Amino acid sequence: MDLILALLAGATVGAAVAAMALRDVVHCVLFLTVSLIGLALLYLKLGAEFVGFVQVLVYVGAVAVLVVFAVLLTRGGDAPTERIANAPWSGALVAAAVFAMLARAILGSPSLGSPSPETPVPTLSVKAIGEGLTGGYVLPLQIVALLLTAAMIGGVVIAMREKEGE
Amino acid sequence: MTSPDQIFVSAKEWLVALFPAALQPMVGALVSIAAIVAVYPAIFALTTVVERKLLARFQNRPGPNRVGIPFTKIRLAGFGQFAADGIKSLTKEDIVPRDADRVVHFAAPIVLVVPALLALSVLPVGRNMAALDLRETGLLFFFAIGASTELSVFMAGWSSRNKYSLLGAMRGIAQMLAYEIPLILSSIPVVMIAGSLSLVSIAERQSAVQWGVFHSWHVFTPWGLAGFLLFLVAACAESNRTPFDLPEAESELVAGYFTEYSGFKFALFFLGEYLGLFAVAGVATTLFLGGWNAPFTFLDWIPSWMWFFGKLGSLVLFSVWLRATLPRLRVDQLMDVAWKYLLPMSLANLVVAGLWHFTAAWPAALRWPLSLALLAAPHLLLGRGFQKRFGPRVYRYAADPRPAPANPAA
Repeated sequence: MDLILALLAGATVGAAVAAMALRDVVHCVLFLTVSLIGLALLYLKLGAEFVGFVQVLVYVGAVAVLVVFAVLLTRGGDAPTERIANAPWSGALVAAAVFAMLARAILGSPSLGSPSPETPVPTLSVKAIGEGLTGGYVLPLQIVALLLTAAMIGGVVIAMREKEGE
Repeated sequence: MTSPDQIFVSAKEWLVALFPAALQPMVGALVSIAAIVAVYPAIFALTTVVERKLLARFQNRPGPNRVGIPFTKIRLAGFGQFAADGIKSLTKEDIVPRDADRVVHFAAPIVLVVPALLALSVLPVGRNMAALDLRETGLLFFFAIGASTELSVFMAGWSSRNKYSLLGAMRGIAQMLAYEIPLILSSIPVVMIAGSLSLVSIAERQSAVQWGVFHSWHVFTPWGLAGFLLFLVAACAESNRTPFDLPEAESELVAGYFTEYSGFKFALFFLGEYLGLFAVAGVATTLFLGGWNAPFTFLDWIPSWMWFFGKLGSLVLFSVWLRATLPRLRVDQLMDVAWKYLLPMSLANLVVAGLWHFTAAWPAALRWPLSLALLAAPHLLLGRGFQKRFGPRVYRYAADPRPAPANPAA
């Protein structure tokens, strides 16, 4: 087994476990970020430069920052000590379901059936990804955009209600 | 004999050739890393003195002019100041608040400085002089790495357990989130027109000669000019420079998110902020100001790296000038500028860049006015909207909860 792969996978999984096990929300978020960066490095190791950097940009630059922003807005500077998850088995159930689905998809992948070293590694340029997103996969992209717009309008509506109350 | 333009490239090749072939890639990388780690902090040291001297001149006072070479009468006009500052911050006591989260408190300056140095590695500082040429994802790498700054600001502000630090961190994150969007959107036209995310090829593309004497810098097009101005405003905000220095507003928040840092960690925050400034200035230079290209072909004899660092230095001096000139914004004004002006304008600029791409065959006399009109119309409309908000000022007071005293005259 590849040493770099083992190190990256270990760090990613370890950080994910820490993100679940620690008591302080902020520590959990920081370990979650480490885990996401580990995933990005795994993508980079597989030669998927674009996906790796987008992972960092979106998950570290936006998702993790939004989570800490929410923590700042709601909790302030005091260190919380109570456990966050009150039903850990439900999380385990969801995780198992996601794992089963991903495992089924990966095991059913045609490239896994014939692992011949002669087949060239497919190189996917950023241009090809862009053409795919604006061509064949334009409908899923639009659906995701619609979902995000709906979420944003929902957020604005919630904020507006509070203002009316004053 | 190599030309002065390629002097550093050949020096590196000569140095790498001294080692056995197996070690050469690693030595080459180490030489590039050493150059980045040496050059940019040196510029930082110089900038701190120049900034203090310039600010002093703007405020009609002499500024630092004493520190020279110790035990001699040589003053160097105060340019020994950075060495004195460095020694001072190295020898100062490192104070960590008792309630602070020690691990996060320790990690925050590292999370700031390391990505800032990484971001500098993709800048092409001269012809054939980029430490890291990511052909597919250069600009994306830069923005992805820059995103970690926000995390560092949060870590510093939260782990200090200090209300000023926390307020500074909140302001910092809100500001960086808001201004990151116009920053990225205003650089997208360049990617659209150049057809590449690689900073090296974007810089090379601008060495095409126009009308016999000009190098075709992107700033000499309508979308390039608008994009450059939008990028400059957003970059100022991203690097927390005045007038966008709310996260560390010293008159309101002590020093914002790094209030509780002292000694060398404070110096690291300082270094990280300036490295971030150099990084955005370098990207602005590469995207819009022609990178390492001279403005005119008859100035091509000046080495390309001199052009790059000259432009970078000019942008840094411009930010010092802004700092001395403009007052700090209020938080709501800050958000208004980002979401209600910069964001719509950068979207309009995307449309103009598309128009520019598809009308390549049109005469310039038609293309230019049309593009400028498409940019001027939203600018004027948005400006009108702002002016309405800046009408007569309305003062609002808290309602007096006590009943009004009975009037004895009635």
